[in-house]
Amino acid sequence: MMALPLFSPQSDPGPDFTALLSNEGLLPLSGDASGVQQAHGNTVLALRFDGGVVMAGDRRATAGNSIEHRAMEKVFAADRHSAVAIAGSAGMAVEMVRLFQVQLEHYEKVEGVALSLSGKANQLAQMVRSHLPMAMQGFVVVPLFCGFDVERGVGRIFTYDPAGGHYEETDFQTTGSGGRDARTTIKLGYRENQSREDAIELAVLALYEAADADSATGGPDLVRGIFPIVATVTADGYARVDEAEVATRFEAAIARRRELGGYGGGELR
Amino acid sequence: MSMPYYVAPEQVMKDRAEYAQKGIARGRSLVASVYDGGVLLVAENPSKTLHKISEIYDRIAFGGVGKYNEYDQLRVAGVRHADTKGFAFSRDDVDARSLANLYAQHLGNVFTHEMKPLEVEILVVELGTAQRPTQLFHVGYEGTITDEDHFTVLGGDAETIRAAFASTYEAGADLGGALKVAVAALAGSDRTLSAPDLEVAVLAEGNGRRTFRRVTDEEVAGLLAS
Repeated sequence: MMALPLFSPQSDPGPDFTALLSNEGLLPLSGDASGVQQAHGNTVLALRFDGGVVMAGDRRATAGNSIEHRAMEKVFAADRHSAVAIAGSAGMAVEMVRLFQVQLEHYEKVEGVALSLSGKANQLAQMVRSHLPMAMQGFVVVPLFCGFDVERGVGRIFTYDPAGGHYEETDFQTTGSGGRDARTTIKLGYRENQSREDAIELAVLALYEAADADSATGGPDLVRGIFPIVATVTADGYARVDEAEVATRFEAAIARRRELGGYGGGELR
Repeated sequence: MSMPYYVAPEQVMKDRAEYAQKGIARGRSLVASVYDGGVLLVAENPSKTLHKISEIYDRIAFGGVGKYNEYDQLRVAGVRHADTKGFAFSRDDVDARSLANLYAQHLGNVFTHEMKPLEVEILVVELGTAQRPTQLFHVGYEGTITDEDHFTVLGGDAETIRAAFASTYEAGADLGGALKVAVAALAGSDRTLSAPDLEVAVLAEGNGRRTFRRVTDEEVAGLLAS
């Protein structure tokens, strides 16, 4: 750490930051953690629109039946043109994201060019896979990855399973304990080539319904003014949707439900 | 059995220094200067892919002159050092001074102990914050380290370029002004350099966390013409 990290050509880790860390003995991993009470993060989702992807996640982290955090962030910029959201074991997941972010930037700086979007998705799969021993002990981390593919000019979404498998989704995906409810909501409201505004609105409704049905997913916290995080990734890069805009959309959804006796009152016929 | 020749240590060092200087003088030079929006780095470099100037960290840039493979290895080591340190501690704990010291130690070691000295000069620049000043660390092939507040010149013809630059440099110039002065100094009196001959980058605010930005040929041409 305090010496200049120079390597012989045979042992050079190249642009692989994880290999470099394990060389320095700094890789966070392993150990028996069964029986440790851990915080879990809950519903995250991603859906495509014309020109990019929307990614969103609630703010609640639970440990068993208790709410541990009300303002946890689960949606992160992975780099300029991609975002990652996490559900599962909170501490592990946040650490994995941190490592992933540094890995992408490290590669870009060492090699002089950024990884392709598929390359980034594959890199994350390798991290999830190397995390498998911890997943076996209950520290499951299931990320959701999306980004704007600058070569193809489209938004793309990738999902993962705890064994490190990764799959590309065509239009939308959700993960976490409230994921099913969120997914159904998106499925009912999704339209091809929808606008950014429509996609943000659908993401908000999906998180609302997930929080309505899943106790581990946090809804809009009107008392404390904490709202889910919504972000977009487009050709211009990652951008958080302004919290005031998210709040306005949630307030509109709530007002509609109050008016209609708790239901969305959609047009699904 | 033949006795090894005795060579005075002074002579050994002198020979090595001469060797390194010759190697460095074969390449083109680099100028870094502070302007009103940050730090400007300009190198004479016709290649668009084999960079002399690169990003190390959020507020730190690297410049190298001399033998490409040697300074590029040091550049990568710098990125590794910075990323590891930032990951283990915090992004705020990564600073140019400690990295420049590591380069100085390494270059000094190689110069005294190895057969062949490294034929490079290294620049480590950090864009200042409210707490930390902007600093330019210049590390020589034998490990001497100097820090500058305003500008520095690397390369074989550094003395001439430094004199030309110092006579026209004005503290607080804008990007275009600083670039013109730097390019004129690099070109000397009998040549002109245009955008394709140059590699230009800045460390400047306004681009989020990562302040390093390469300035494109079109932008350079525009600034030089303005």
